[in-house]
Amino acid sequence: MAILETRQLNKHFGGLHVTGNVDFALQPGEMHCLIGPNGAGKSTFFKLILGEHLPDSGEILYDGEEITRAKPFERIRKGISVKFQVPGIFKELSVQQNLTIALQHHVAPEILQEEIDRLLEFLKLSQDRKQLAGNLSHGQKQWLEIGMAVALKPRLLLLDEPTAGMTPDETFATGEMLQELNREGMTLLAVEHDMAFVRQIAHQVTVLHFGKIFAQGTIDEITADERVAAIYLGEVDA
Amino acid sequence: MSSASRFTSFLKLIEGPQTLGKGPKFWSGFGVVLLAACAYPFFADSYDVGNNVYFFNWLFMAMGLSLIWGYGGALSFGQTAFFGVAGYAYGVLTINLGDAYGLTLISLVLAVGISALFATILGYFLFFGRISGVFLGIVTLSVTLVLERFMAQTAGPEWAIGKARLNGFNGMGAMPSLTIPWPGGNIVLYPDVTLYYVTLVLLLVCYLGLRILVNSRFGNVIVAIRENPMRAEMLGYDVRKYQLATFVIGSALAGLSGVLYTSWGNYITPASMGMTAASLPIVWVAVGGRSDLTTTLVGTLAVLIVFQSLTIYGSQYALIVMGTLLVITVLIAPRGIVIALLSPFMRRKSKLEGER
Ligand SMILES: Nc1ncnc2c1ncn2[C@@H]1O[C@H](COP(=O)(O)OP(=O)(O)OP(=O)(O)O)[C@@H](O)[C@H]1O
Ligand SMILES: [Mg+2]
Repeated sequence: MAILETRQLNKHFGGLHVTGNVDFALQPGEMHCLIGPNGAGKSTFFKLILGEHLPDSGEILYDGEEITRAKPFERIRKGISVKFQVPGIFKELSVQQNLTIALQHHVAPEILQEEIDRLLEFLKLSQDRKQLAGNLSHGQKQWLEIGMAVALKPRLLLLDEPTAGMTPDETFATGEMLQELNREGMTLLAVEHDMAFVRQIAHQVTVLHFGKIFAQGTIDEITADERVAAIYLGEVDA
Repeated sequence: MSSASRFTSFLKLIEGPQTLGKGPKFWSGFGVVLLAACAYPFFADSYDVGNNVYFFNWLFMAMGLSLIWGYGGALSFGQTAFFGVAGYAYGVLTINLGDAYGLTLISLVLAVGISALFATILGYFLFFGRISGVFLGIVTLSVTLVLERFMAQTAGPEWAIGKARLNGFNGMGAMPSLTIPWPGGNIVLYPDVTLYYVTLVLLLVCYLGLRILVNSRFGNVIVAIRENPMRAEMLGYDVRKYQLATFVIGSALAGLSGVLYTSWGNYITPASMGMTAASLPIVWVAVGGRSDLTTTLVGTLAVLIVFQSLTIYGSQYALIVMGTLLVITVLIAPRGIVIALLSPFMRRKSKLEGER
């Protein structure tokens, strides 16, 4: 059974159809990338899965259970977690506290500090634990938010442009980290523009264009598809 | 964990990331101030001591606003509404029940409970209706002003609850003071030295209790909501419940102020909920530094004392000074003047840096 499934999902903002009849399924253990030109509706699709926006019609299922109208925090508690496109870290709180807030509801107080230290190490932020999160470099902010999303130990992790603004080295390290999480059993769905990164991590790729699924396949199939290349150059209409 | 170690870890929350004051230096300073406050009645006329309890009465409301606005990020103009509701409730209850058998103390609890209930209902519509930002300020201010208007038109004899006449614009008076039942004679808390100590103890309990609250897991979540509600929700927190709980606790503290004030002066008027009254708490808390309980206390006391001494020259004049003070704070030290003055001396900068 799919861990995540959407059926005929629709969303429009005013006259703008941002998500159109999207049928999408994600298998447990998969590492899947969502690509598409700017404004294709990738972030909106994530927000529908998370409940930040409610769809106009269609259904969302998580682990076979309908969650179309569930509140965001309820979906999170079921095992979904997200790294936003724009890092949503708590800027005026320290790095350590950001992680505490992500961990405290499911980690026993006695081992909380241990867990924080482990995560800080993992995120290479041990030196900056006392720093205000708002003072971190852009790449570090991205890392911190990934860390907070991972801290929930989700079964399904959504990542909206996890490597935006990172150096190639940082991007590669992020890819390795995500692969490790995937090996441990986490299902990943990432929106990405960096094709090298997509190649590094993705088993399957879905192309979104004007809110519709335009193509789906392995990275080789997608890169070989001339129609996909064309939409990035703006030659294909909806 | 054993219950003893659980208790110590609970007490440890008295210091933490959400409160500025920590370490031996702070606590010795705190001890000195507390001793001075305890010693003060020995060096002053008991009439003055009783009068000055006035200043303490407001501090509960200020700490409540610090919690709601400074920690939780929701600007409420409703503090005086809860102040008024609890004040009137105390009046109505005690005028009807009298002051024997500790009934004034029960009335205190009930009155604070009524203001908390009112906050729960209002807060439910605010937070579950997803009203936030400026709109929260507008709605809470409107509710406060409606209450003032309503109470101001209750002059006629038909406006009475049992024996208690509401008295419209002139306000309600002649309710009994808080009275502690005691073998061999009740202790009536007139504005006097005993009331001073009772209020001081209450203040200490609320201050330390709030410190523990803001450094607890609950406190972590409410500051997270102030920083980014969507992120907090996406970490699995039911944001609206936390906002509501914060609002109710902070508003109940305003209710406590209302009861203490009403009992202290045996008097409450609709003006206590008017436009001026509603905006003053914002000034106190903003000037001191709303995001910390201690700077809120220091700032509020300082502003109250300045305001009171200026009122001698005319209350309009004092209000203009208050307005100016708020504008200066917003422009020069948006985090609060006490916090701005402290920041050069603080080693632990992480809570101070930032903003803009
Ligand atoms: N809340 C909103 N109200 C109105 N329009 C919106 C809203 N959110 C997104 N849109 C519009 O919907 C379209 C899709 O936006 P979305 O953010 O989902 O795209 P995206 O694929 O994530 O793009 P990018 O690669 O730039 O992040 C855009 O045209 C955007 O302007
Ligand atoms: Mg996007």
